[in-house]
Parts: sequence; C-alpha cells; structure tokens
Amino acid sequence: MPLWNRFINVLRRRRLNREIDEELDSHLAEAAEHGRDPEEVRRAFGSRLRIGEESYDIRVLPRLDSLCADTIFGWRQLRKHRVATTAAILSLGLALGASISAFRLVDALLLRPMPVAEPERLYAMFTLGYDPGGHFRLGDSNEYPQFQIMRAAVKHDAELIAASFGERVELTYGSDQEIEKAHRQFVSGWMFDTFGMKPALGRLFSESDDDKPHAHPYAVLSYDYWTRRFGRDPKALGRSFRMGDDLYEIVGVAPQGFTGTEPGTMTDIFLPTMMYAGVTHDDWGWIRTFVYMRPGGSVSVVRDHLQAVFHAVQTERAKSFVGWPRKRLENFLSQTIRVLAASGGLSDIRQQYKQPLEILAVLVGLVLLIGCVNVANLLTAQATARAREMALRVSIGAGRARLTQLVLVESAMLALLACTVGVLFAWWSAPYLVEHINPPDDPVRLVLSIDWRVIGFGLLLTIAVTFLFGLFPALRASATQPVSALKGGDDTNGRPKVMHGLIAAQVTFCCVVIFLAGLLLKSSDRLENQPIGFSSERLLALDVETKPSQRADFWNQVAEHLRELPGVEQVAIAGWPLLSGFGANGFVSVNGVTGSDSLAYFLDISPGWLEAMKLRLLDGRDFRPDDVYPGVAIVNEAFAKEYFGNANPLGRRFARGTTPLEVVGLVSNARYRNMREQITPTAYIPFRPDHDQPIDSAVLMIRTVGENPLAMAGLLRREVPRARSEFRVSNIRTQVEINRSQTIRERLLATLALFFAVVALLLAGIGIYGVLDYSVLQRRREIGIRIAVGATAGRVASTVASGFFSMVVGGAAVGAGLGMAAGHSADALLYEVKPSDTGILLGALFTILVIGAMAAIAPVARAVRIDPMAVLKVE
Amino acid sequence: MPKSDSLQGSMDLLVLKILSRRPGLHGYAIMTAIQEISSDVLRAEEGSLYPALHRMEQTGWIRAKWVTKENGRRARMYELTGTGKQQLAAEEWRWHAVTSAVNRVLRMA
Repeated sequence: MPLWNRFINVLRRRRLNREIDEELDSHLAEAAEHGRDPEEVRRAFGSRLRIGEESYDIRVLPRLDSLCADTIFGWRQLRKHRVATTAAILSLGLALGASISAFRLVDALLLRPMPVAEPERLYAMFTLGYDPGGHFRLGDSNEYPQFQIMRAAVKHDAELIAASFGERVELTYGSDQEIEKAHRQFVSGWMFDTFGMKPALGRLFSESDDDKPHAHPYAVLSYDYWTRRFGRDPKALGRSFRMGDDLYEIVGVAPQGFTGTEPGTMTDIFLPTMMYAGVTHDDWGWIRTFVYMRPGGSVSVVRDHLQAVFHAVQTERAKSFVGWPRKRLENFLSQTIRVLAASGGLSDIRQQYKQPLEILAVLVGLVLLIGCVNVANLLTAQATARAREMALRVSIGAGRARLTQLVLVESAMLALLACTVGVLFAWWSAPYLVEHINPPDDPVRLVLSIDWRVIGFGLLLTIAVTFLFGLFPALRASATQPVSALKGGDDTNGRPKVMHGLIAAQVTFCCVVIFLAGLLLKSSDRLENQPIGFSSERLLALDVETKPSQRADFWNQVAEHLRELPGVEQVAIAGWPLLSGFGANGFVSVNGVTGSDSLAYFLDISPGWLEAMKLRLLDGRDFRPDDVYPGVAIVNEAFAKEYFGNANPLGRRFARGTTPLEVVGLVSNARYRNMREQITPTAYIPFRPDHDQPIDSAVLMIRTVGENPLAMAGLLRREVPRARSEFRVSNIRTQVEINRSQTIRERLLATLALFFAVVALLLAGIGIYGVLDYSVLQRRREIGIRIAVGATAGRVASTVASGFFSMVVGGAAVGAGLGMAAGHSADALLYEVKPSDTGILLGALFTILVIGAMAAIAPVARAVRIDPMAVLKVE
Repeated sequence: MPKSDSLQGSMDLLVLKILSRRPGLHGYAIMTAIQEISSDVLRAEEGSLYPALHRMEQTGWIRAKWVTKENGRRARMYELTGTGKQQLAAEEWRWHAVTSAVNRVLRMA
C-alpha cells in the first residue's frame, strides 16, 4: 500500500528526515572507510540537501505534506495572536450560529419538503378574491361537497387530497378522568397511497376507509406520537380511544418523518375525512385541498377544470343568499382558483411567520456581515504584520500558489473553528427560540434536526467567508515585492485605511440592526400595553362542554353554584372569551338599509358578564335572565356611532342579516377579536335562545378574589361536574394568557431582534477595540516620538482616536439612513410606530457611540501610557 | 574509453539484479558492486542512487531494514520483494529484447 505508506510518512516526517540523513551519513562514512578522499566523495555526491529533499518527496505526498506544514505553521500563527484569534472565532462563530439557527427555523417552517414521493408534483388549491370581511386575499379553506365534485372533475390529470386544519383536541384511552390532548388531522383515505407512503406499523388508510360518512372510525398515529405516547410499543395497534362521541381504533403508524401537512404543528393522529361532521355541509370551510399531479398532467388544465366547477358551485350556492349587498355577492362570485406549488405543505404558521422570518433573515445577515468584518480586520492586520515574512518567503523562491495556500489554510482553520462554535450555538439556540413561539401548554413542535442541509448551509457560509477574507490578503501578500517589503514596506499605510473603512461599514450595519430592533421592541410594547377596554386581571376562562346539550337554565345553575364558592367574585357565561381569535360577524341593517360594507361582531353573553369583564354600562340596562335571542341587544360605542350616528341608540332597532334586534344597553368599547384590528362595532346578545334550544359548549368567565386565578383551577374543575353531572371542564386559561397569545409573534420577533442587537453591539465593540488596538500598536513608534517631544496626553488621545471617530460617526450616519429605509419595509409588522421614529433613531446612534467610546478607552489609554524610551530602544 | 556516467535508464535493472544475487546490501555496497562487476565501465551516480532506491522501495520492489554493523554504525540494508522479483524478470526480458533488437540492427545495417 504505497499510497497509504506515503500518507503515514507525512505524519512521521521528522523521523523520515532523520532516517534519510542517517543513510546519507552512512554512505559518506562507508566511502571514507574505503579510503576515498572526503572532498572527492562530496563532489561526486552533489547537493546533499537536494538529494534529501528528492528522497523525502518520493516517500511522502508532497501536496499533503505542504498542507500539513502549513497547518502546523498556521496553528502556531493563530496561537501566537491568541486574543485576536479568539475574538475572530467567537465573532464569526456567534454570527454563524445565529444564521444557522435562523436557517433552521426558516428551513423547518418554509423550505423542508414533505416526505412525499416526488414532492414537485404536489400543489395546493387556493381561492383568490374578497373574503367576507372585504379583504382581498388568498383563501385556502374549502368545503367538502365541492371538493368531491372537483375531485371527480380532474381525476384524469390529478388526484385531489383533502386535509383538515390541524387542531388540538381532547381524547381519552380510558375514563373521562384521564383526558389528554393531541393534534388531530382529518385526511383523505387515499392520501398515504398517493404520497407513496408505507406504514411503519400496521396499515395506513385506503380509499375504502373514506367512502361513507361516519362509517370507519379508524386512526393512524404519527411516528412521533407513537414514540412519545406508547414508547414504540407494537401493542398500540388495536387500542382504542374516545374523541368527542366517537370511539376510534388504532390501525397503524405513519412513516417516520411525516408530521402531517402543516409544518409547525406535528399531527399526532390521522383520521379519515369522512369521520368529520363537515363532510356533508356545503358551507363549512374546513379542509385544505392538495393537488397531486398525475404524470403528464398539466397544471393549467387542472386549474381551468377546477375554476369551471368552482364557478358553477358558487353560482348555485349564491341563489340561497338573501339580503346580501350586491357588491358582496359580486365579490363572492368573482373569486378565482389558484393552484400553487406546495411541496412543503401549508400552514398558518408558515403564513403568519413569513414576513417576520424575512426580517429575521435580514437581521441575521447583517450580524453575519458584522462578524465577517471582524475576521477581515484580523486577517488584514495579520497580513500587514507578516508582510516581511511573506517577502522573505518570496525571495527564497516560494511561488504564488504556495503562499496563497499558506494563507488559505490559516483562514480555513479559523473558519472551521468558528463553524464548530456556530453549530454548537445553533444547536442550543434554535430549540430555545421555538420554545418561545407558543404558550408552554401548546408548544409549537418543529422537526429541527441538524441535517445535511443545515450543515451544508453553515459550511457554504464558512467557505464563502474564508474565501472572501482569506484570499484577498493572500493574493496581496504573494504580490509583495520582496525588496520593498524587506526595506520596511511602502504599502502598509494603505491597510489601516481599509480597516477603518471596514469599521465604518460595521458601525453602519450595527446601527441598522439596533434601529430595527428598537422599532420592533417599541411596537411590541405598544401592542401589549394598549387599552383593551376590559380588565384581564384575576380572570379565568373555563371551556365547558356538556353531554348531552343542556338548556340555558342548567348552565345558569352551574354558574350560580360556582358563584357560591369562596374566592370567586363573579361568574358569567359567554360564547367564547374576548381576544381568543374567535368571532361571529354579520351584516347589520337599520330600517332595511345596509349601512356600510363593514361587518359588526356578535357575542352571546349571560347577565352579569359586563360586570365580570368590567365593561362600563354607559346607558340602558344589562340583560335580565329572561332576555332571549333574537330580541334584545347591547351595543358598544363604536356600533352606536357606526349605525346610529350621534342619536341615542337606546330603543333603536336593527337587523343582523334578517334577524331583528332592539338595543337595550350601551357599553364602553372593548377589543373583540385581536389586538391589531381597530375597535370593531360589536353587539352583545343574550346567551339564551328564544325556544330554549340546548347548548353544548360555552365559556364560563370567572373573576377571582385572589391575585393568582390559576390557584382556583383544580377546585373549579371538580366543582363544575358536581353542580350538574352533564357538565365538564375541557380547558382552563387565564385571560392574561389569552391576551398574550395574541401578541406572541410580535414578542418573539422583538425578543429575537433584541438578541441580535446585543450580539451586533458585542461584535462591533470587539471589532472597534481590535482595530484601534492594532493601530496603536502599529503607530507606537510615532506616538513614542510625539510623547518624547512633549505631546500632552489629550493630544495623543486625539491623534489616535480622531480619524477613527470620524469613521464611527460617518458609519452611524449612513446606518441611520439605511435603518429608516429598512424600517419602511418592516412597516406592516409595526404597530403604532413610525418607521422613521426619531426617538429610536437617536437612541440607536447614542448606543453605538457609547459602545464605540467604551471600546476605544483601553487602546487610547495604552497609547497615552506608551513609554517613549522603551519603544525607541526596541527600534 | 570515457566512463559512462549515466546508466541510461538501466539503473533499476542493475540494482534489482544485484539485490537478487546478494540480498542485504546497503547503498554504498550496491554502488561498488555495480562498479566492480562491470569492471569499472558502469558507475552509478552517487547522488541519484538514493532517490532511485527510495522510489523502488516506495513502489514496493525492494524493502529496507536498519542493521547495526560490527563497527557500531547503522546501515540501511536492501533486499528484493516478491513484486521486485517479477519486476526484475520483466526488466530483464525487456533488456534482452532491446539489446537483441539493437544487435540485429547493427548486424544487418
């Protein structure tokens, strides 16, 4: 194995050289023994060094050997400048880690294709048009009966697959006391086959599992859920669980890596679509439609077919819409079908986080640039310091390629170390960030493996960075004119300028990051602390379900029972909590005239709800126990202003669609659906229906006496079934928690931006310190002379820092401009903050100047303390 | 007759042949052997002998081991390997082919 041998020899080079030497020595000794003249032998022998090298090269891999030598030499260089090296590695490592971390998130949410056979054949169907709220948007929910017609219409060109939105629901494998939660998704029975998936255990669904409504109560578990819940026990097959009123049997486990069609929610349990009540309703939009193209099928043909069917169905449906404004009807019918590539699946999370993640990518990119500037400065400084060494190498015959290799090896080592730091950092930080996206009881779960693509991304970045900043100084060094460099150098003056320019760029980037972070922080703060119109403190929301459905009187009995408990201040019933994201809306007409295109929101509430929520009753009365819907309503100020102008709304009548209502009360405004919308016109209606139809679910709002409402949770959970055995608590949340989940996206983004701002400041500080320190070192002779001829400390300090500070100020000014431009592109994410907020801008500038000043203190102090005698003696 | 400084590409053949007859020679001995047997006509250039030996060792035709001689000095002794023997046969055959061809040309021309 000669090659292997030569490879090994590279590693034992010292011994090899010794052996060659010894053999040549022994040759000379032997010659002497034979009585030959040593001079003659040496002449006959030729250049001993050359023979030695020739032999050496034969017995090793010369390229590998030179690489090895360079690596050892590079390592010594890096260790010699330990502080600078550590700073560079940490800078690049932090920046790389942050970008890999961001990439992992973006990858998990946006890029990773679903594990389906030939994902490029996968598309999704959308409707483009005005939604009922009057917003032009891409809709992605469809109704099942329409889906069936469409599937039949395109069956030659494509297979349509229905998948419900992921949902977290309760289920039990035993009694009602052992309720647990899991993410469920209803999917078409033929989905697994179409996607080319094989079961990990048991069987998957087939078309026959999904042909009749409510006929096949079977479940397929996700591999992840099977692992978490059953420890991969094969006995999970055949077990059954109850979800709602249905008993499902587990028939199989889906292949590993398939987590449902919505990235961001990991589906635990797959059920056939036919098991969902919505399959027979033509007005329940609850599925997304995936389009899996058959080989040779044309997307545009499929789209045209779908459009034709869709239009026919919509026209048919519109016949039953009475009392709709004409504009709205037109909007309804003018919707068009879009078929878009969907190899990564679809989800709200993906849409919700798309823009924030893009902003994040910009921030990360800037931080990466800042990190790179530090490394560039380090390498440039080293190249300057080593100009003489390079010149010496050139003068003894080193080629350009060889010098370039030397420097590239050094930067590659730097990058490798930085990459290690970066991967470790990303490994820690990405799951940490995901944990903070959602409330702890319903975590976002993403597949966040560090796979080859993440490593590839990191390596690519590293190589690019190394190449960029390693190659330039290397080429410069190899172009060195030996004579000029050995004489003392003439081009070294150019380099501090390059470094100062890089510092200016760094300050610019840093400024942009801080400014953006400031905008996002302020926006998040504004959003969270804005008035919501009601009091969230000490307020609990109990989701309560009954089986069978119960009349309002019984609901009131339960509320009454809870009211008696110690520690409870007020109890009221509502359809759902405010700010939960839920909403019921409708068109309002006064005297048969539809006032405007905008919709009003409705919420059913029991008497006492206004008091429990601490809404102010401005006029009129609260509901009485005998008030029913339809009949009376209490409206908020926004409603009164929108539909009755300045007139007193009390006693006025209006219609919700065709249902007549009379205003009996006027209350203060409160936020209804989310934190970002304008306060909407809202009408509260009685919880009790007019014919006393039974109700199967509602929320009990409980205002507690104690400061920590959750302390009551256990007691309340027990007391509800004790009041009436048909009632059961399915979920308990605090109102504060509900509010917070409204702003989670903003908070996450602001936290991340703050994190990046801190990293950026740290990096910029390190960079400024490094460059200033280096320039003091370079100029110590000059400074020594200045001090020797009587310059004061202040004069020395200003000599050192003045040119430098103009760079920082210049960079900051450019950064301010860029920051404002960047702020405009983030406008949509900002709440009540202008992208040109001067306060934040000044704050950012101030911060960067303070950091610059702090970083400059040590080098300037060192310059001032230079001992002229010592410096001049050295020279 | 001037001494032939170069072995004209036959260095490998000579070294292999000598080692096949007398295993365990060091570099200097190989050199003197070539010189003696050829009655001083052929002479291995001392400088190029060692790179040649190392190249053949690396290729696997010969192997070397360090031996301590009576005078206490260590010497690197070379001997033929199995592949070396095959190589020698091949080189010898080629040499005969070439020389006989050259002889034919000299006779006929």
